[in-house]
Amino acid sequence: MPTFVRTDKCDGCKGQDKTACMYICPHDLMMLDKDGSETGHAMKAYNQEPEQCWECYSCVKICPQQAIECRHYADIVPLGGSVQPLRGSDSIMWTIKFRNGNMKRFKFPIRTTAEGSIKPYDGKPVAKMADIGKTTLFTTEVMGGYRAGKREELIRLK
Amino acid sequence: MAQGTFGSPEIVQEEVDVLLIGGGMACCGAAYEIMRWADAAKAESGVDLKIKLVDKAAMDRSGAVAQGLSAINTYIGPEQDPADYARMVSNDLMGITRDDLAYDLGRVVDDSVHLFEEWGLPIWKTDAQGVRHDGAHSAGEGLPALKDGGKPVRSGKWQIMINGESYKWIVAEAAKKALGMDRIQERIFIVHLINDKNDPSRIAGAAGFSVRENKIVIYKAKAILLAAGGCVNLFRPRSVGEGTGRAWYPVWNAGSTYAMAAEAGAEMTMMENRFVPARFKDGYGPVGAWFLLFKAKAVNANGEVYMDRNKEMLNDYPPYGLAAVPASCLRNHLMLHEMKEGRGPIYMDTVTALAKLRETLTPKEVKHLEAEAWEDFLDMCIGQCGIWVGENIEPEKKNSELMPTEPYLLGSHSGCCGIWVSGPEDLGAPTDEEHEDKSKVPAHLPKGWNWGYRSMTTVKGLFTAGDGVGASGHKFSSGSHAEGRLAAKAMVKYCVDNKTYKPEFEETPEQIAALIWQPVKTFLAHKDYSTAIDINPHYITPKMLQFRLQKIMDEYVAGVATYYTTNDKMLQVAEEKLEMLKEDSLKMRAKDLHELLRAWENYHRIITAEAHMKHIQFREESRYPGFYYRMDKNFVDEKNWKCFVNSVYDKKSHKWTCFKRKHVDLVDKAKLFKAAAH
Ligand SMILES: Cc1cc2nc3c(=O)[nH]c(=O)nc-3n(C[C@H](O)[C@H](O)[C@H](O)COP(=O)(O)OP(=O)(O)OC[C@H]3O[C@@H](n4cnc5c(N)ncnc54)[C@H](O)[C@@H]3O)c2cc1C
Ligand code: SF4
Ligand code: SF4
Repeated sequence: MPTFVRTDKCDGCKGQDKTACMYICPHDLMMLDKDGSETGHAMKAYNQEPEQCWECYSCVKICPQQAIECRHYADIVPLGGSVQPLRGSDSIMWTIKFRNGNMKRFKFPIRTTAEGSIKPYDGKPVAKMADIGKTTLFTTEVMGGYRAGKREELIRLK
Repeated sequence: MAQGTFGSPEIVQEEVDVLLIGGGMACCGAAYEIMRWADAAKAESGVDLKIKLVDKAAMDRSGAVAQGLSAINTYIGPEQDPADYARMVSNDLMGITRDDLAYDLGRVVDDSVHLFEEWGLPIWKTDAQGVRHDGAHSAGEGLPALKDGGKPVRSGKWQIMINGESYKWIVAEAAKKALGMDRIQERIFIVHLINDKNDPSRIAGAAGFSVRENKIVIYKAKAILLAAGGCVNLFRPRSVGEGTGRAWYPVWNAGSTYAMAAEAGAEMTMMENRFVPARFKDGYGPVGAWFLLFKAKAVNANGEVYMDRNKEMLNDYPPYGLAAVPASCLRNHLMLHEMKEGRGPIYMDTVTALAKLRETLTPKEVKHLEAEAWEDFLDMCIGQCGIWVGENIEPEKKNSELMPTEPYLLGSHSGCCGIWVSGPEDLGAPTDEEHEDKSKVPAHLPKGWNWGYRSMTTVKGLFTAGDGVGASGHKFSSGSHAEGRLAAKAMVKYCVDNKTYKPEFEETPEQIAALIWQPVKTFLAHKDYSTAIDINPHYITPKMLQFRLQKIMDEYVAGVATYYTTNDKMLQVAEEKLEMLKEDSLKMRAKDLHELLRAWENYHRIITAEAHMKHIQFREESRYPGFYYRMDKNFVDEKNWKCFVNSVYDKKSHKWTCFKRKHVDLVDKAKLFKAAAH
């Protein structure tokens, strides 16, 4: 299901030097056609290697104009369906359309904290060099996740 | 500053203490852990460490978790023991794993999971009545966090359910904040590692290029964490048209970890191991929740449960076939039998499973369940939904086909290929080599399972984590994060202990750059020789190089074309063909930066593929029935091959040396098995 970009919606991320879709694609697929020489549509993005698309939807989810959609792989899937997300700050909404016209909608939470609000070291101890050889991590004291294990399970330790 | 051009790139050199290669789960874990230990080193030892992370993509969505996940597959919980975990890992990988690594990970993995929840990852909870609550609402409903005794929803003994669309985004946010953006460079593809001029068994740096600017980057580093994921697309995928990108494993992990480590001289382990997941056909959507949460069964075309029908076949593989949960490869083995006998297609019987659940659940619960089934795909394999909508499949009305994929190489999921690393010292791991073939272990390599720094490879200063660590699968997302943290801590110790060491290169920056830019030079030199840009006797496009690799691997090294079978003779043919392919890789062309990326990815794939082939050749048995069969040695040979197969590569002579290392149990595995059937 390679992605495609709708000519009526893409605004080339308003001519910024880095478009959102180019920034995010883990496989370096999205390209901005600055002068239209590749696609005939200047200042719009396109997928430069559709047969390498993992359909991860990273670009679809990040596009500020909702200009990117997926057309299911033509070599595998009958035409007519679509799966389109709208990702908000705390949840994602999916609109799913079947080939036969049936529709489903789902909404799922995506995070419980505001984006950008993580304070990684708040309330965490500092590390001490005396502990650097130990089998613990610097958060062991406060995160309650260390499983010391029963020594008798280790058959070569007598 | 001089701007680079395509014909003449800028060379940027940087000196750091620690270089993190990759921005996936493992490197995000390392980024979080390392800063605190670096602070300690500065305050207490007066060593101010310079740290840098480079990723070929954007950390928010890079690596295997880019799309999101619907479960955290490794969570021990207070009620289970790390020893139980080490046992499970060993059994699923047919007995040959490092208990020290698995056990050590089992001790710390939950710490990372608790952090994920604190950072905002919604984790499903069960209340006192056993009712499920989704991750975002559970806190509001007064259910405690895992850290404070909250009960997760288990979809299996080790797995817990999450609303994981933004899993990577959240974990990357914490990592980026911890490191600070000035220590991070995205869109840098590392091509190779560089050994120290004065001590070739030590790492001194790495080099690569920017995928966005005409720029070559060369880093000197005392310690490097190489965690660039596993390898996909070394075998021909089942789909070869527009759907080529739909491999189960994310198409962007190209074996960089294995290839670069091998070329740097690191000892590799279990490179014969592979993972062939049985998944929903064509979309490769996850089956775990269907089996574990919805209790669905996989059936043949006649509706028979082949795991029951063929269960006698498990007796051929004692003791592994006799475990309460047979290894993943053996489950494939039983499925492949059905397919080869002509009783396909294989289906996941979603209709019966959902109907059964309807008998005991209220309509509201059923609706919730339906949403859960869709979320499982939407969180981590949207492509599968694409197939369902296109084919009008509603799981309550129509069953879906299952199919084993093409093989992948990875070390953190249900596979265990990777790099041989130093483990913890307190678990009773061997410290010496005691076996018949010990004289065949190259003399420069360490003895035993620990040589000082946790997660360090046999190359001094080179560390790995996640998919990079061999002989210890089933770490998954959480375990890879935690393993990155263990490595980070050890790297700080290494840097403090080696504070006077100054990395030096034999090659000049110009020599390093020339090698990396060769595909561009080849293109520019020859592009006007023919009128067709892709057809030219002086170069090969990365795409054709990849097709050739995939054809060789598929047809001779047990890909889908031969139902995962090979033999010694076929491997010999593969060996010759790979040799020539490796030679031709020197003639790759790159017409732009994107193609330069593809060129080096495919080079990494070739080296990884070669390691895989050599290891299968060396191991004279079929250790993983269902993943591959060497038909000339189609059995599991516990007497001669219950051992690690390790190897080293010499990048000057281009030769591999394979050898055995002894396998030792640190925890008792007898608990896994029913009494032998014969
Ligand atoms: C399809 C699939 C489903 C999964 N489902 C689950 C699940 O449900 N639950 C679970 O817990 N785990 C799951 N996992 C496992 C989990 O995703 C992995 O264990 C984990 O991501 C491994 O971490 P890593 O850091 O080793 O690799 P990755 O997270 O893959 O990261 C690799 C990183 O290296 C970078 N990179 C690659 N090459 C280079 C290079 N040459 N130069 C610079 N950077 C490079 C990549 O951009 C990326 O940032 C799944 C994995 C897959 C593939
Ligand atoms: S497709 Fe969307 S993200 Fe990409 S350039 Fe256009 S508007 Fe920007
Ligand atoms: S769906 Fe994923 S792989 Fe495909 S273009 Fe978008 S970001 Fe890239």
